[in-house]
Amino acid sequence: MTATPAPKEASKAATRQRPGSDPTEDAQPMMRRVKTKLTSKWATAAAIIIAVVWSVPTFGLFVTSFRPAAKQVGPRSNGWWNAFVDWDFTFKNYADVLTPAGSQSANLSQYFVNSIAIVIPVTIFVLVLASMAAYVFAWGKFKGRDALFIFVFALQIIPLQMALIPLLQFFTQTLHLPAGSYAQLWIAHTMFGLPLGIFLLHNFISEIPGEVIEAARVDGAGHSTIFWRIILPLSVPALASLAIFQFLWVWNDLLVALVFSGGTADVAPITQRLAEISGTRGARDYLNPAAAFVSIIIPLLVFFGLQRYFVRGLLSGGLKG
Amino acid sequence: MDFIGGKLLQVVIALAIFAAIIGIIMLVVDRAPKSVKDKVTVAGFLAPAAILMLVGLVYPAVRTSMLAFTDASGNGNGFDNFVWMFTQPEALTTLRNTVIWTVLVPLLSTSFGLAYAVFIDKARGEKVLKSLVFMPMAISFVGAGIIWKLVYDYRGPGLEQTGVINFLRDAVGLDPKQFLLDAPENTIFLIVVMVWIQTGFAMVILSAAIKGVPVELIEAARLDGANAWQQFRNVTVPGIRGALVVVLTTITIATLKVFDIVRTMTAGNYDTSVVANEMYTQAFRAGEPGRGAALALILFLMVLPIVVYNARVLRKQREIH
Repeated sequence: MTATPAPKEASKAATRQRPGSDPTEDAQPMMRRVKTKLTSKWATAAAIIIAVVWSVPTFGLFVTSFRPAAKQVGPRSNGWWNAFVDWDFTFKNYADVLTPAGSQSANLSQYFVNSIAIVIPVTIFVLVLASMAAYVFAWGKFKGRDALFIFVFALQIIPLQMALIPLLQFFTQTLHLPAGSYAQLWIAHTMFGLPLGIFLLHNFISEIPGEVIEAARVDGAGHSTIFWRIILPLSVPALASLAIFQFLWVWNDLLVALVFSGGTADVAPITQRLAEISGTRGARDYLNPAAAFVSIIIPLLVFFGLQRYFVRGLLSGGLKG
Repeated sequence: MDFIGGKLLQVVIALAIFAAIIGIIMLVVDRAPKSVKDKVTVAGFLAPAAILMLVGLVYPAVRTSMLAFTDASGNGNGFDNFVWMFTQPEALTTLRNTVIWTVLVPLLSTSFGLAYAVFIDKARGEKVLKSLVFMPMAISFVGAGIIWKLVYDYRGPGLEQTGVINFLRDAVGLDPKQFLLDAPENTIFLIVVMVWIQTGFAMVILSAAIKGVPVELIEAARLDGANAWQQFRNVTVPGIRGALVVVLTTITIATLKVFDIVRTMTAGNYDTSVVANEMYTQAFRAGEPGRGAALALILFLMVLPIVVYNARVLRKQREIH
């Protein structure tokens, strides 16, 4: 976002949309413009239809997750929308998927903790390492800098599928990383997250005014001081949005988990457990919706809680065409 | 809850080791003699990310390319794996499906996202409307698979339907349909899930770009008597061309790599497999790493033109700088 009118417009839109603030307050001139703009009723209707179609599936899952087993499967079952007519909700499904009861149990709380233990270190690793590299690509001076940067950009497009087999061999045969520990997952996710992380942060860091860095250097600050005291604090919006992205990717990942986790309750993340229990059609099918909802609750919270940064971060990177 | 302690300890140890490594790098960078200080800085800041990307992406990509020319026991077999891929009916179906995915998903997601972004631009409750469509982005493919299995749920004719779509079909007098079993249209029903997820991404980026189009231009077009469609085609679309390219590229790449949706909804059965899923099946389930690698290589070759195009755009931007 380098164009001059754009940030103003965007920040105006952002303040206007902040939750809790009265949308009509500074929207007066905006409203006048809306009136002059050709807004058709059809467009509004189409928008509402899209919004409904997009939300119904998730809403259906949410309702289903609270329905008793007999209403979900078997002869007395019917569609989730009936729950509102014949009022019947229960927390039992959630209790069942979260607590370890017998070998058949979904035992999700263990996997839930695994997901958290995987995602937090990875997010920190990627943020620190990617911002260090991005800083050097933006402000360091060395031969072949631009070519190398393009190369890193291109790396994000190597399909993970290509990396899996050799990397697994490397981890187990060369590094002797113990199978069934978090180490393999942490390292693999960090490796895969770096190219895009560097790319996004570089776009932001390279637009920090050069005078700021020059002034610090004149005052005798070294590179590490400049990096920790100036670059990182100024990059908070970009770091926040990358952190959210990285968090969602790792939390939602299945492929890397399948290959590197070993699949035990000690290490495997919640997505993997979810894929396992939803893959086996059986008498406990009615627990899947509750299990699925447990797995999406954290990303939804992260997403709704931080989406302001999300959009701002997206604006700062990759949109300069 | 005693399982949490051990896991927490692992996380803390990992973070401590990471902090120590970064600390040492910063120390070395600061203490380096003046004559080589800049070089040491570049090396120190870049080394961790560079090593991880070399080991995690570059080396595996090279190894996989070589592996693609070996058989199940690791002996070279020339182009046999590729011959298999382009002659076996199942493998051909997989390729065909991947092409359908990569054409339809970016096209549909971007169109829906763009239409929605235009429809809700400056409308009342824009933020809520945006959140509803963006929400699927925060849900894992596995979670989305479970959500949509519920939507596609099937009961025999005459029974009460539990899936929303079959319920609606029932209401208008159509026979219930087994959405995930009947080839070839079941691939389309899987694609719907991916479109559902990606539309929000397209919408958010394009909406931000639309807000960056100078209001004066739209105003001028309106004064010249352009109707809504002409304003959209001649002012808005050219104004957001860069964002459109970013969106199409990102979604295309994500689609090529898609794996989890197919894995959780049909496991690739009933003629729904795609290259990314087949790669996993061959390499990690069927004991044919050579075939898996060959499929990964094909995936890479399919992505390659997109990389080249984007690297070009990037290079141009850097030259302008």
